[in-house]
Amino acid sequence: MPEIAAFNTIDAGIEPEVEKVQARATQAGPRGRKPRRALSGRNIMIYGTLIVVALYYLLPLYVMVMTSLKGMPEIRLGNIFAPPLEITFEPWVKAWSSACTGLNCDGLSRGFWNSVRITVPSTIVSIAIASINGYALANWRFKGADLFFTILIVGAFIPYQVMIYPIVIVLRELGVYGSLTGLIIVHTIFGMPILTLLFRNYFAGLPEELFKAARVDGAGFWTIYFRIMLPMSMPIFVVAMILQVTGIWNDFLFGVVFTRPEYYPMTVQLNNIVNSVQGVKEYNVNMAATILTGAVPLFVYFVSGRLFVRGIAAGAVKG
Amino acid sequence: MENVSVSVKDLSLSFGAVTVLDTLNLDIKDGEFLVLLGSSGCGKSTLLNCIAGLLDVSDGQIFIKNKNVTWEEPKDRGIGMVFQSYALYPQMSVEKNLSFGLQVAKVEKTEIDRRISRAAEILQIQPLLKRKPAELSGGQRQRVAIGRALVRDVDVFLFDEPLSNLDAKLRSELRVEIKRLHQSLKNTMIYVTHDQIEALTLADRIAVMKSGVIQQLADPMTIYNAPENLFVAGFIGSPSMNFFRGELQLKDGRAFVHANGVDFDVSAYPSRGAFKAGQKVVLGVRPEHVRVDEASDGQPSHQAVVDIEEPMGADNLLWLKLAGQSMSVRIAGQRRYKPGTAVTLSFDMAVASIFDAASENRL
Repeated sequence: MPEIAAFNTIDAGIEPEVEKVQARATQAGPRGRKPRRALSGRNIMIYGTLIVVALYYLLPLYVMVMTSLKGMPEIRLGNIFAPPLEITFEPWVKAWSSACTGLNCDGLSRGFWNSVRITVPSTIVSIAIASINGYALANWRFKGADLFFTILIVGAFIPYQVMIYPIVIVLRELGVYGSLTGLIIVHTIFGMPILTLLFRNYFAGLPEELFKAARVDGAGFWTIYFRIMLPMSMPIFVVAMILQVTGIWNDFLFGVVFTRPEYYPMTVQLNNIVNSVQGVKEYNVNMAATILTGAVPLFVYFVSGRLFVRGIAAGAVKG
Repeated sequence: MENVSVSVKDLSLSFGAVTVLDTLNLDIKDGEFLVLLGSSGCGKSTLLNCIAGLLDVSDGQIFIKNKNVTWEEPKDRGIGMVFQSYALYPQMSVEKNLSFGLQVAKVEKTEIDRRISRAAEILQIQPLLKRKPAELSGGQRQRVAIGRALVRDVDVFLFDEPLSNLDAKLRSELRVEIKRLHQSLKNTMIYVTHDQIEALTLADRIAVMKSGVIQQLADPMTIYNAPENLFVAGFIGSPSMNFFRGELQLKDGRAFVHANGVDFDVSAYPSRGAFKAGQKVVLGVRPEHVRVDEASDGQPSHQAVVDIEEPMGADNLLWLKLAGQSMSVRIAGQRRYKPGTAVTLSFDMAVASIFDAASENRL
C-alpha cells in the first residue's frame, strides 16, 4: 500500500506522506538479515576443534583398516600409518574362517553365529517384556506399582560382579548353565531395569487422554497395548533395540562366565584369537577380526540411526 | 424416579489424604444438557471421570439409566466421551478412529459402516474420513472426537472441556454446533468447562462447583440473576458483579444497605425473609443493572466519577469510583465518557443480590 500511495501523489509532491515513504526507502543503516562472516574467530575455533577431535578418534580405525589390508612382511617394516603397497584380503578371510581359537580352527564365523543366536532372542525377549512392564507401570497404576518400580531401578545400581556367582548357582539349579538359553535369560534380566525405565517414561509421556479414550472405546489391556501404544512408540523401540543389540553384542563378561567354549560369543573368540600366546602375532588377522566383531554394532548405529530419526519425525505429530 | 438418566449418589473420592469429592449428589434428567462449571481443581473433571468409570470411586454409587454402574467398565456404561486434547489415535485414519470402538465391541461390518456414515453426515466430516488426525485442523479434530462418541450410539455424552484447546472463533462456532447436535439428538449430555459463556449458552442446568462441592444447581438464568451465594455471584459474569460490603439499616419502613458512607435503598429487593437491622451484608449489583445519567423514576441516585473507559464495540464498560470504591457499569456502545467525568448512577435493586456477610448465602 505505501508504494501505491507514493505513486499516486508523486506529481503533487506536497503530501508529507510522500516524503516519509521516500525517506524510508533510502534510509541508510542495517537492513534485512544480519550478515555473518564465514571465517570468524568463533567458527575457526568450533570447526578446528571438531576436526582435530574427529581425526583423533578416526586415527585408530584408519590404522586398523590399513594394517588389516597388508601382508605380514609389509607390517614388519613398521610404517603403521602408511597405506598398503599391496592390498590383500587374506587376513580377513583367515580371521573369518580359519584363525585358531584354542582347539578349533574355524575362525570367527562360529562366534559370529553364536553372537547372533544370543543377541537376537535376548533383544526381542527383553524389549517385549520391558515394554509391557513399562506400559503397565505407566498406564495401569496397580497397587504396589511404585514399590515394584523402585525395586527394579535399585537393581540397576547393583554391580554385576556381586551377582555373578549367585546367578551361576541359580542357572545350574535350573539346568541351563553353560547353554545359550541361560545366557539369554541373563541378558534379558540385566536389560530389564534400564529398559523398563525407558519404556515407562515414554508411555507416561504419551497423552493420558488417549489411554482414557481407548478405555471408553472398550479396549482392554492387550488391545490398548497392541493397537494404540505400540504403533505410537516406534522411536522408543528403536532406541531400546540399539541399546540392547550393542550392549549384548559387545558383552564379554557374561559370555565368558555363563557359556561353554562351543557357545562363546564373538567377543570372547576375538579375545582368544588376539591374545593367543603361541606362534607369531598376526597383526593383520587380529585387526581384521576386531573390525569384523565391531562391524555389527557399527552397522546397527548407521542403519537404525536413520530409522530412528525417521521414527521420531513420524511420531512427533500431535494427535 | 421418572426419566432420570444419570444419578450420582453420595459420591466420595479421595486420593490418599486428599478428598476431592465428598458425598456428592446429582440427578440428571433424560435428554438434559448439564454443565459442570468451576475453576481448575474444583473437581468437575474428576466427577466426570467417575461417571465415565475412568476413576474408581472411594464411596457412593453411580446410576446410568437406572442401572447401577458403579463397578462397571467404561465401555459397559453406555457413555461416549470427548476430551480436551481430542485424544484421537494418531496412527489411524479418521475412519479407523471412528470404527475402533465398534471393532473392539465386534459390531458387524455393515452396521459399523452405517453408523460411521451417519456420524460423518451429522458432523460434516465425510471428506476427512481417509485422513490422519495430524492432517486435520483443531476444529476438525474435535469434530472427529465428537463423532467417535456419536458412533457408539450411547445414551449419555460426556464432554471434558472439549473446546478449551481451540481459538476463540472456532470455539464459538463449535459451541453452536454442539448445541445444535443436542437439539437434534436429544441425548443426555454432561459438559465440563471453566468457561462461563459456554456454560450459560449451552446448559439446561448448570452445576457450579467449588472444592468438590456443588454450590448451585439451576438453569442458567437463575444462576446468573439469583446466585445462591457469594462465590457463584462472583464467579459468573464478566466483568464480575459489583460488591458493596455494608450493614442493613431500616428507616421509615424502607431498607438500606449502608456501605462506605453511601446508603443504597434496597426496598425493591425481593428478599426471602425479613431484613434485620444491623446485619452485615454484601450487596451485589451486575454492571448492566446500573443506569448512568438516566431518569431514575424516583429511585435515589448516587454520584460517581469515571475512572477508566473500556469501549468494546457493542457496549462500553465504565470503571467508576463511587465513594472511593471501584465499580464497573455496562452502557451502550455509542455512549462515551471521558475519564474524570462526574456521572449520576441509579441502581436496579429488583435484580440485585444481597448476601449475608458471614454465611455468604443469599438473603
